[in-house]
Amino acid sequence: MSVRTLPLLFLNLGGEMLYILDQRLRAQNIPGDKARKVLHDIISTMFNRKFMEELFKPQELYSKKALRTVYDRLAHASIMRLNQASMDKLYDLMTMAFKHQVLLCPRPKDVLLVTFNHLDAIKGFIQDSPAILHQVEEIFRQLTEVKCFFLLCLWQTYGGLSAGEFQLIRQTLLTFFQDLHIRVSLFLKDKVQNSNGRFVLPVSGPVPWGTEVPGLIRMFDSKGKEVKKVEFKHGGNYVTAPKEGSFELYGDRVLKLGTNMYSVNRPVETHMSGASKNLAPRTQENIAPNPLAKEELNFLARLMGGMEIKKPSGPEPGFRLNLFTTDEEEEQAALTRPEELSYEVINIQATQDQQRNEELARIMGELEVTDQPRQSASKGDDLLAMMDGL
Amino acid sequence: MYVWVARPRLLAVRTCVVSMVAVDSQGPQDSAVRMFRRERSIPLRGSAAALCNNLSVLQLPSRNLTHFGVVHGPSAQLVSAAPEGVPLAQRQLHAKEGAGVSPPLITQVHWCVLPFRVLLVLTSHRGIQMYESDGSVMVYWHALDSGDASPVQAVFARGIAASGHFICVGTWSGQILVFDIPAKGPNIVLSEELAGHQTPVTDIATEPAQGQDYVADMVTADDSGLLCVWRSGPEFKLLTRIPGFGVPCPSVQLWHGTVAAGYGDGQVRLYEASTGTLHVQISAHARAICALDLAPEAGKLLSAAEDTFVHIWKLSRSPESGYTEVEHCHGECVPDTQVCGARFCDPSGSSFAVTGYDLAEILRFSSV
Repeated sequence: MSVRTLPLLFLNLGGEMLYILDQRLRAQNIPGDKARKVLHDIISTMFNRKFMEELFKPQELYSKKALRTVYDRLAHASIMRLNQASMDKLYDLMTMAFKHQVLLCPRPKDVLLVTFNHLDAIKGFIQDSPAILHQVEEIFRQLTEVKCFFLLCLWQTYGGLSAGEFQLIRQTLLTFFQDLHIRVSLFLKDKVQNSNGRFVLPVSGPVPWGTEVPGLIRMFDSKGKEVKKVEFKHGGNYVTAPKEGSFELYGDRVLKLGTNMYSVNRPVETHMSGASKNLAPRTQENIAPNPLAKEELNFLARLMGGMEIKKPSGPEPGFRLNLFTTDEEEEQAALTRPEELSYEVINIQATQDQQRNEELARIMGELEVTDQPRQSASKGDDLLAMMDGL
Repeated sequence: MYVWVARPRLLAVRTCVVSMVAVDSQGPQDSAVRMFRRERSIPLRGSAAALCNNLSVLQLPSRNLTHFGVVHGPSAQLVSAAPEGVPLAQRQLHAKEGAGVSPPLITQVHWCVLPFRVLLVLTSHRGIQMYESDGSVMVYWHALDSGDASPVQAVFARGIAASGHFICVGTWSGQILVFDIPAKGPNIVLSEELAGHQTPVTDIATEPAQGQDYVADMVTADDSGLLCVWRSGPEFKLLTRIPGFGVPCPSVQLWHGTVAAGYGDGQVRLYEASTGTLHVQISAHARAICALDLAPEAGKLLSAAEDTFVHIWKLSRSPESGYTEVEHCHGECVPDTQVCGARFCDPSGSSFAVTGYDLAEILRFSSV
């Protein structure tokens, strides 16, 4: 498992979250300046310097459910509010989208191009905001500073990595997404996902940059001279890659994975079907009590301590965003969600308190359990019991 | 508790269409050997992890049994099956735990057939576990020393092979650990540490020495694509280094002094083991190769890649020139499956098994 994976996971899932929120804000006719403010608040939380410092520290990946608490908090970094069912759906969509991107990456290294596609789009979200010019200047100032720091982190972490190290990163990401087969209607419609929740792997199109189109056997003599050339039928229908995507700050990424696939006429929908119950065997994570949960919580607390959340107590009234078309659908989704996809265990509500050594205690103290409280002897055991349920 | 829903899974299997593609464009002869048919698959408790060489097969013809080993993530599953693919027994193994946020991930499981015994070796991000062949008793544990590793370095063991009475295991640092295995009992000793690689070891292949001196009988591969060719013995000797091309070499095999290497850019290359001379280069796959295997009796090579294809090749020595030649025998597409492991299931290469990332079954194919 690569300890360099978390930044890529966080940034790409964050990028997908912004795409979805942007689309839902439009669909729900939230006024433009209010919608932009929401996205800006989330983006500035994501790229907060202290948070970035924690994010880029070498560390193992969290479990799917632990990472969800990070996004839960991030999504609520603005005046917008999401209820449980909408948050579940948002996280499902984000994770399935990035799983698709990682799976289809031509080379392991190209997961960086996917990240750049997300970052390019995030840049677009910030620039496109004439209505709140007075804030933009401030954001730009902060952003230039943060951008430099962020790019330095990115360069330091991924700059000199070998193909082997990127392969390990990709394997780590795929391990994170293993056994996740939620069906997304947009993917089903576009025929990139099968009805059993598995993604379609194309056997045509360009081969990865640096790879030859399969179908040729070449034989050499002991002096290295080619003595025989035989073609064979590979079975796929590939062409040479036109060019390599740009890994520079600006440039043509070539790869389309990681760009915004939503638009007003392509609404966000998920199918949570019972069928996935049978298709996805339950993972270790769900069944085995995890004695390491306390440690994970510790890591999580440190990471989230870096997040600055604005309380929605300002002059602007908050609003609720619905990931579903109607409130009834949302209620229905909450009721029919398959049990193994349930995240309803912890709800960490960290506040502005920045003191490192107090964070864990605070988060432990504020941990809310939404199902029945378990009976256990000590506070620490309680916490473990809760995390077991994760 | 874990619930194993077997029936719907089997139904799903039947509806999954596996297409046969690409009978070779070359020769018209022996088409009977070339066609493979999908057989009943073996259900797994957990899906296969996205690792290279993520399938080990132990053939026990005397008992009419085949053992399969697949890594799920923090656990690995062993299944034994009758010839028709009926699963008879299964066992779950776990990596020994240590400090860390999550349970350690397993990197590989592999059966090592030694002269007097068979051991199952499991490598993880913590160390090396050796079991009796059925996985019932752990006979040896070797913890990895992360000593001089930087915090960004992933520490793990990977690449397992038996050579004589030794078991060789590769590590993250590029070292090959050589363990001396007694005919019975747990008295296993780390006898040598071989230096040759600078990047993490990916795979190790061996073949029985033919009795000659200075014969190359072990090859090791790494993340940079470098291959090291060794002669085994009380002291292992590095014979040749075959430079890489900047892409990893996830899988290697050794057949009659010929090294077969599968690379991250879909290429398969065949080298003379003793000299490192390149004999054959195959643009075999459109994505990274994840597994090679050999059927030594038939001289058949199997290559499997993330492009969803498994190819079978026939290797031969040209009688006139003495060079290694290759012929394409069969191509099999496993639709929408990022293949992560593939092995022949018999010494003649007339059947093979395939695992795929996220897929909770072992797919089986045999020649018609």
